[in-house]
Amino acid sequence: MIHSLFLINSAGDIFLEKHWKSVISRSVCDYFFEAQEKASTPENVPPVISTPHHYLINIYRDKIFFVSVIQTEVPPLFVIEFLHRVAEMFQDYFGECSEASIKDNVVIVYELLEEMLDNGFPLATESNILKELIKPPTVLRSVVNTITGSTNVGETLPTGQLSTVPWRRTGVKYTNNEAYFDVVEEIDAIIDKSGTTVIAEIQGVIDACVKLSGMPDLTLSFVNPRLMDDLSFHPCVRFKRWEAERVLSFIPPDGNFRLVSYHVNAQNLVAIPVYVKQNISFFESGFSGRLDITVEPKQTMGKTVEGVVVTVHMPKVVLSANLTPTQGTYNYDPVTKVLAWDIGKLNQQKPPNLKGSLSLQSGAPKPEENPSLNIDLKIQQLAISGLKVNRLDMFGEKYKPFKGVKYLTKAGKFQVRT
Amino acid sequence: MSSSSAFNDDKGGSSSIGEPEYGHDPASGGIFSSDYKRHDDLKEMLDSNKDSLKLEAMKRIVAMIARGKNASDLFPAVVKNVACKNIEVKKLVYVYLVRYAEEQQDLALLSISTFQRGLKDPNQLIRASALRVLSSIRVTIIVPIMMLAIREAASDMSPYVRKTAAHAIPKLYSLDPDQKDQLIEVIEKLLADKTTLVAGSVVMAFEEVCPERIDLIHKNYRKLCNLLIDVEEWGQVVIINMLTRYARTQFLNPNANESLLEEGTEKAFYGSDEDEGKEEKVEAAALVAKRKPYVMDPDHRLLLRNTKPLLQSRNAAVVMAVAQLYFHLAPKAEVGVIAKALVRLMRSHSEVQYVVLQNVATMSIKRRGMFEPYLKSFYIRSTDPTQIKVLKLEVLTNLANETNISTILREFQTYIKSMDKDFVAATIQAIGRCATSIGEVRDTCLNGLVQLLSNRDELVVAESVVVIKKLLQMQPERHSDIIKHMAKLTDNIQVPMARASILWLIGEYCEHIPKIAPDVLRKMAKSFTNEEDIVKLQVLNLAAKLYLTNSKQTKLLTQYVLNLAKYDQNYDIRDRARFIRQLIVPTDKSGALSKYAKKLFLALKPAPVLESPFKDRDHFQLGSLSHLLNAKAGGYQELPDWPEVAPDPSVRNVEVPEWTKCSSREKRKEKKVEKPFYSDSEGESGPTESADSDSDTGSGTGSGSEESGSESGSEESEGESESDKEEEEEKHKRKSKSRAKKSTQESEGRKLFLSSASQQAVSPASGPVKSYELLHRITGEGLSVSYCFSRQPFSHDPHMVSVQMQFTNNGDTEARNLRIQEPKLQSGMRIAEFPEIDVLPPGETVTMVMGIDFSDSTQAANFQLCTHTRKFFLTIQPPVGELMMPVFMTENEFKKEQGQLTGMNEITEKLTLGETCQGDAAIVQRVTSTASLSRVPCGSEMKFAGKTVTSGSLVLVTIVTREQLVAQLTVNCEKMLIGTMLVKDILQALSQ
Repeated sequence: MIHSLFLINSAGDIFLEKHWKSVISRSVCDYFFEAQEKASTPENVPPVISTPHHYLINIYRDKIFFVSVIQTEVPPLFVIEFLHRVAEMFQDYFGECSEASIKDNVVIVYELLEEMLDNGFPLATESNILKELIKPPTVLRSVVNTITGSTNVGETLPTGQLSTVPWRRTGVKYTNNEAYFDVVEEIDAIIDKSGTTVIAEIQGVIDACVKLSGMPDLTLSFVNPRLMDDLSFHPCVRFKRWEAERVLSFIPPDGNFRLVSYHVNAQNLVAIPVYVKQNISFFESGFSGRLDITVEPKQTMGKTVEGVVVTVHMPKVVLSANLTPTQGTYNYDPVTKVLAWDIGKLNQQKPPNLKGSLSLQSGAPKPEENPSLNIDLKIQQLAISGLKVNRLDMFGEKYKPFKGVKYLTKAGKFQVRT
Repeated sequence: MSSSSAFNDDKGGSSSIGEPEYGHDPASGGIFSSDYKRHDDLKEMLDSNKDSLKLEAMKRIVAMIARGKNASDLFPAVVKNVACKNIEVKKLVYVYLVRYAEEQQDLALLSISTFQRGLKDPNQLIRASALRVLSSIRVTIIVPIMMLAIREAASDMSPYVRKTAAHAIPKLYSLDPDQKDQLIEVIEKLLADKTTLVAGSVVMAFEEVCPERIDLIHKNYRKLCNLLIDVEEWGQVVIINMLTRYARTQFLNPNANESLLEEGTEKAFYGSDEDEGKEEKVEAAALVAKRKPYVMDPDHRLLLRNTKPLLQSRNAAVVMAVAQLYFHLAPKAEVGVIAKALVRLMRSHSEVQYVVLQNVATMSIKRRGMFEPYLKSFYIRSTDPTQIKVLKLEVLTNLANETNISTILREFQTYIKSMDKDFVAATIQAIGRCATSIGEVRDTCLNGLVQLLSNRDELVVAESVVVIKKLLQMQPERHSDIIKHMAKLTDNIQVPMARASILWLIGEYCEHIPKIAPDVLRKMAKSFTNEEDIVKLQVLNLAAKLYLTNSKQTKLLTQYVLNLAKYDQNYDIRDRARFIRQLIVPTDKSGALSKYAKKLFLALKPAPVLESPFKDRDHFQLGSLSHLLNAKAGGYQELPDWPEVAPDPSVRNVEVPEWTKCSSREKRKEKKVEKPFYSDSEGESGPTESADSDSDTGSGTGSGSEESGSESGSEESEGESESDKEEEEEKHKRKSKSRAKKSTQESEGRKLFLSSASQQAVSPASGPVKSYELLHRITGEGLSVSYCFSRQPFSHDPHMVSVQMQFTNNGDTEARNLRIQEPKLQSGMRIAEFPEIDVLPPGETVTMVMGIDFSDSTQAANFQLCTHTRKFFLTIQPPVGELMMPVFMTENEFKKEQGQLTGMNEITEKLTLGETCQGDAAIVQRVTSTASLSRVPCGSEMKFAGKTVTSGSLVLVTIVTREQLVAQLTVNCEKMLIGTMLVKDILQALSQ
């Protein structure tokens, strides 16, 4: 299955290699570099590259290319999914998945990779099991370790791998028992020039942070579970209970995890929280253009829309922008040609507006297409679909946990065409 | 990357690349950078007796390995520490050893004895890790030792060690393929393993070592299907892919009949869409005619049903695996379920999107209807990477039809204005494809494309020209003005492909534009020497065609061009010129061919078919690497074609193990935790089974059919003669007594066998369904009726018990108008009659379901059964156990409820177990077959829960075994009468 893994940074340096079978020379990455050169952006490097003797399957994440070497037939998604798990595990262990953090913790990284794959086949990919095997680094521990010479490797052998609840370690103890759930919904939308909605859908996730002692058995029920149309579950969720009773029943992993992700029933109309009035035009004469954007709150269910950012990828010929915002700040990066207008909170009475002129490269023909606007926003304490958690019950343990649910609505891929 | 830098890398990067960054790397330490050339200090540290120093040294060495530096000269110093007490040092030594053992084989042997010792350790995890490292050392001398270790580990007590053994198999195989036969033995043994931990790993080993030995799977097929949902996600992917292949060799094509009909109609609509080859069809038609009506093998159904919940997995690879399984194996009507899950995956990382879209593109050609509701999910955002945009475009084009084409074209219009020119080019091609496949919009598309000809971007114009050329070829007469317009473009367009296309068009249709064509040739002759090769070839073509149609004006020009071509640098062009000259310019030597020159050059050419590049890609298994690359990857296993005749299905029958074996501690424990989680009804064992199967019926069509053994089967295959129900019953009883003997029977017998086999594999939850005689064929004058309590919820009224009735006409005249009349019922009872049966021909059997509300009493329901000639007075009296239905409950809930049903509502009896009724499993089986209850997942005691069908009063049963044969039975029920009767029935069942 997976033969080798190379980590490559954006400068094209291979800064880590790991082989699970016999060693493959790193020159195999030349094929990857070739493909990378051909691609205009890192996102456009084909995920699967065929070379005379190997296949390279790669992902691009957090400015790092994870390039794996395959020799025989294997489902590509199998490898891609695994590589993302590796990246997530780094994130989980080091707080960020970056070249620096990987280099700083190269030994732990190596130990992790060793445990995650055996002969190229995934062995332990559950964060709870791995954390029993290899303790995540903390500042305190690394200081203590250098003095006492004790280790990062768990002294006790992990029990998780043997259990039928492999995602939860045994003997968890907390003085404060708490369980928090975040219901986060994202609106994906395409709004066309005239302001009509081309497509709008809501995708949601429920992320949990559960710190409970022992082996709690939780049941989360909803006021309106039918809203959730298509779900994917963490392996801990009992599928049958959901099918029969529409409740989420599970023995949770310890710590942070994603309980479910869902898609809101397509029949429901999606409330679009903002209305964007825009006018961008370019003139042939004088090599200039005009820009006028107003963002108004629309269907907000009485909540405040915050963190509004409008991003515009300008055509190559736009040299600079001279604009005046009535609220917030704007920034135009002439290298990446990205105009970002950070508005912040949306004011009901006085809708923020950004107006001014753009100057174009002289001599170049005026751009034919107007750039589309990407909107980012947040609404606290609201799940835009109307999904509501009814209650959380705990069985199997005696103590009374502290429970909490938070709602958040964000813009996902929210695009306004112009 | 240039070859010189690759060369540097090859040397282990020790020269230029990594060096400068050394000092900044904390992991390698400050001392390291200065002392890099000599590893002496490291050796010293490794030799010291302080663990902290050793650890420090090992960490630095591992950091070197991670960076790809050579650390092999430290081998002797490192390998000495293989038995170090410190666990982290030990692990890092393992890492080092596995990396360099191949290069230092002799020294590596020193470490082997440590691992051999480890293999005998009482701790299972140490045994496993010893085996893992031992098998990872690629030294051929130790092959026999590895083989021995794997054999031993394969029969280890611990499933974790057995899993490790499965992992070791492919390692040994790649080291020494001669071991194949011995390894297959081990694989066979491990395939029989019943734990979820081992299942995924051993199937992976099977796929790597002996994927062709499909016969090894037969006996394990049902078990694998049933365990699937509890296997870890990576194992699920491997198992599902393997089972897809297996099913293709063992079952019949569920779409064999339909595909014929549907293809026929589809053709009429979209002529260009598919051309499967008529012969095949005729052949298929003949086959279908011969073949009996299709009945899905219950094992086929089992696979489809047990994989379906996995569409909800969070792992994209699992979802894709199930999707391809459904695509390749499911009846057409059921494939639709995968669309939603695949569309969901498009929200994931862009690499996942890329792979999923490739597969959706292939699927959407065959099964367009499936994705149509999700059309908008494939709309393109300006922020998508180009490769994703192009794939989405492909899918949108595949989904286009008469009804949605206007929406799609409107969407395409916005794409054309994109800044991403590659994407615009792809959009233009997509428009071209829509125009060819949907006649109605051809003119609209053509007009749109013509407008693009005045676009400022040359690439856009060029692409449009190429596409317009293809479209015009379909009906050139109507579009001479477009051709004129394009002729003018030759002055401006520089893209060779576009110039060539225009020239070809002018040449081909020069009769429509007689004035312009010679002028174009004049201009081209002028610039001939500066043109690209493909353009030159088309100039030659144009010249030849004009010469043939209009030689007066163009004779000289043609000869000029031919002369230029004669001395061209490209031999193709020289060849072509010579060839054309011979054909068209009449000389004395010219052969017979020149007479036909006109026919040769101006023959009517068929319009090109614009095809999707994904057409026919589904001969590769979807989701595979080979499918993605559209080329066979190493180790790819072909997806076999469906067999014409299904191989003997009895090979999948399993000898039934003793109950006691099943209830060994380990297994029980596992079940206890797992069961309530997800496992699917009958398959997996189940205390909760009956409760599960309720909910299950809704989810899959025809599910539950295996349980009753005939319900859906008989519906699907009216032609197939149903075996005598009684006989079947008898067989079944015999079987459960003798507990399984292998048998090769025809389909009915097998179905029956399956139901018992799959229960045993797991648990005896819902026992065999007992059938009762209602009307004997002698009293019924040829008509016989039997009934059974199917334990399925009655769909129209949840308060009714569903009674499955089977009518068989044994007479020689047909029975007509079978219906129920004048039910005589006790107060409170109700009957939901079955729909009238119009005709029951002689020898036929029909199954009907009727609902009766017994009002929680065992009073009989009396009614008349009428035929067109006679009336029969009939009676159905239910056993008390059928008046209830299973309820799922946790142990705590059970205890709470039990606490409220004490005193008068509790009945306790001591009993002596019958000789044949020993072991928990047997008791569970007896109880659940007596009463429709479900087992409560809990410890050693056996608890069952249910509720009465009409009033929903709880029925709780507890059995505590005391000594060998003594047990205590407690029934708690609000309805005392029911409680008393139930106690009696269970006592009888258990003491037999």
